[in-house]
Amino acid sequence: MSLPEPILSLEKISKSFSGVQVLHAISVQVNAGEVMGILGENGAGKSTLLKIISGIYQRSSGQVLVAGEAVEITSPSDAKALGIAMIPQEFNLIASLSVFENIFLGQELKGRLLLNKKAMRQRTHQLLNLLETQLSPDALIEELSVAEKQMVEIAKALVNEARILIMDEPTTVLTSQEVEVLFKLIDKLKAQGVTILFISHKLKEVKQLCDRLIILRDGELISVVQVSEINEQDMARKMVGRELNQVFPPRSQVQSKVALKVENLAVKNLLSNISFEVRQGEVLGFAGLIGSGRTETAEAIMGLRRRQTGDIYVQQQAVQIHNIKDAVKYGLAYLSEDRQGCGLTMNFNLPENISLISLNNYSKGFINHAQTREKAQQYVRKFDIKAASLDTELLYLSGGNQQKVYLSKWMDTQPQVLILDEPTRGVDVNTKKEIYHFVQSMTEQGLAVVVISSDMEELIGLAHRVLVMREGQIQGELRDQDINEQQIMFLAAGLQSQAAPLSTTLQENHQ
Amino acid sequence: MSEVAKMDTKSNSSSASWVTRLPKFTLSNWAPLVALLVLVVLSAMASEHFLIPRNLTNVLRQVSYTGIIALGMTFVIIAGGIDLSVGSMVALVGVLVIMLLNYMGDGWMAVTVSIAAAMAMGAAFGAVNGLLTTKGKITAFVATLATMSIFRSLTLYISDAGEMVSQNNHYPDIGGGYWMGIPIPVWLFIGLAFVGHIILRHTAFGRHVCAVGSNPKVATYSAINVKRVYFLTFVIVGFTVGLSAVMLSSRLNSVSPGDAGLFYELDAIAAVVIGGTSLAGGKGTLWGTVIGAIILGIINNMLNLMGVSPYLQGTVKGLVILIAVLMQFKRDR
Repeated sequence: MSLPEPILSLEKISKSFSGVQVLHAISVQVNAGEVMGILGENGAGKSTLLKIISGIYQRSSGQVLVAGEAVEITSPSDAKALGIAMIPQEFNLIASLSVFENIFLGQELKGRLLLNKKAMRQRTHQLLNLLETQLSPDALIEELSVAEKQMVEIAKALVNEARILIMDEPTTVLTSQEVEVLFKLIDKLKAQGVTILFISHKLKEVKQLCDRLIILRDGELISVVQVSEINEQDMARKMVGRELNQVFPPRSQVQSKVALKVENLAVKNLLSNISFEVRQGEVLGFAGLIGSGRTETAEAIMGLRRRQTGDIYVQQQAVQIHNIKDAVKYGLAYLSEDRQGCGLTMNFNLPENISLISLNNYSKGFINHAQTREKAQQYVRKFDIKAASLDTELLYLSGGNQQKVYLSKWMDTQPQVLILDEPTRGVDVNTKKEIYHFVQSMTEQGLAVVVISSDMEELIGLAHRVLVMREGQIQGELRDQDINEQQIMFLAAGLQSQAAPLSTTLQENHQ
Repeated sequence: MSEVAKMDTKSNSSSASWVTRLPKFTLSNWAPLVALLVLVVLSAMASEHFLIPRNLTNVLRQVSYTGIIALGMTFVIIAGGIDLSVGSMVALVGVLVIMLLNYMGDGWMAVTVSIAAAMAMGAAFGAVNGLLTTKGKITAFVATLATMSIFRSLTLYISDAGEMVSQNNHYPDIGGGYWMGIPIPVWLFIGLAFVGHIILRHTAFGRHVCAVGSNPKVATYSAINVKRVYFLTFVIVGFTVGLSAVMLSSRLNSVSPGDAGLFYELDAIAAVVIGGTSLAGGKGTLWGTVIGAIILGIINNMLNLMGVSPYLQGTVKGLVILIAVLMQFKRDR
């Protein structure tokens, strides 16, 4: 048996963003006509790797070979010229144009003067036939279903004779029937020699569809395996397998008083039937994949999203929260995962940022600047914030120090419940540790903390309980020794649990 | 200063503090003032008439009509908006004020009521712009472009396109009067700049204006009512337009509906931009705007004194705006 020629070779691909290395010397060979699955947790480096292949990012070092030849892919059009096409999660289609106009967008076939619509229609028709769909070349995109739009994206890739097709979680938007159609199509493309890189969080699909698997973790290549040689449990273990180190302080004693109780929270098209409670001194974790509704849950509680239903109790009192101002009044605090986009005013200095929400405490008509500076100085000392001076604009602080300022900003509202959304994303290890110890010291004093995180180590190290969300619902609850990465992964991916029985509040039937 | 010193020992960079602060002061905060001083020196050298007190007070008076509006415009621009309707609004308020004045007859009472009405009308027209942008969710540029057209056309309709002349004998004393040798509109301009500075720098509202302009999403997540802030900035600029309309119409004792306030929006926006306020929003100062307005006024004055064709003055003004914006971009790099 001779080795098939690799269509795509990655040799020691590394990538860093502003000094933080996110990919460490990844070397992989992908053979022509195979379906290669790419697995990894959020932040493992999957998207970065694919964006390097498709020309959106530039690698920091290493080499990319296509069909044995070293290539430079400096833009998506370079990738296109090499026969690499990406089907994005968010479709790039123009709603008001027809199928064929979208497929030939930017590369219209022309006659001597005018567009050659006839040729474009004909070619589109051929492609759609190949894909075995009933779509008309003249149908408008805005009239199509999600699955049909995906079909158009695939046709758009094929019109350029793509040899390598990258699919970024293509099934998340599809119903189970549509998934089957897609899988048949992938088999067909494969038979024609097209290579497919397939990202999915759904281990079952990967098992069913892929020939081989790349497993990434923390930017490192963990393994490249034949799918036939690995089961789903091992996939999950390899994705997350890490030893816990000593960054986590001991957990605080949970008190009996319930600090926050949420009943039957629902947000249109996003969340349904969310109920939970957090006690004083408790850390409640929220796990789940991106898009599972964790952030939306926090935003709905804070009055940042319109709730369809849902009752909220703070310290056993029913409260009416119509906007975030109400939430602040009742002692709720929420640190968004998007520190720069939603959290901090980057051209404000430290005191201006820290006092922004609690400004009324410093202002009787006029702002008492001395007092805001004094308070900011206290937080600088408390959290060991590193800044050239109080007057430094937030822009010039490192991610970790920005996060500490963000924390100060919300602690200055004297909250009873602190909701932290990805509190350590983009933060160095040391600051992580400081934040964990701060959470512990605040829970000692009776603060209730909700931690939304994709970092499972963080949830396991901090939380007393973990709720796992999936598709806008709470899929299950894990306590104490049941909180481990496999369990979280199983629930988040919608698999049946293998290990100890769960105190599951809601079990969605997955098959 | 003591807290700065404390922080420095912590971060082990005792010399970094004032060094890092220095360029910030020299470049962004002092550039307009330096430009003004250079311009004054050059003007004094170029024309012996420039430094004559009478010329200077004239320049300042001329500046104050658009300058007052530019103060309000500073709030709008810092909050991330723009108001193109101010010029037409000046004409509309001016015409309505003179109609009210003539209806009420002679005497100081009529003048007082009319001025109060002008401020209220200005604020109300500003509120219309504010509602269009917040409730109507129309971008400020488009909304105020539309009201610019509407206000002008209403002015012409109400006045039947004829010049409106005040019958009140006291009214000209407002815009034409002096106090301590300085024209009243100039006092108002400086006074409002001071009040505006206090509001922007020393009140919660001012802080919110900056936060909204810097990043409305961050402001929303910081429990700031973004729409209310945005709305109020339009009310503020409307209010300043009302005052400017009073100063202008009382100085001339009349309003010509077709010409009054023509291109004031350009002068006001130019003054704000030359004063160092970013059109992207989020930061700016009232003192910068005052300086920006004066720079524009001096340039106009010098071009007149030097006998440059009035048709070329717009070109010079345009170039100055471009230079100011280019310098801002450089600073942001």
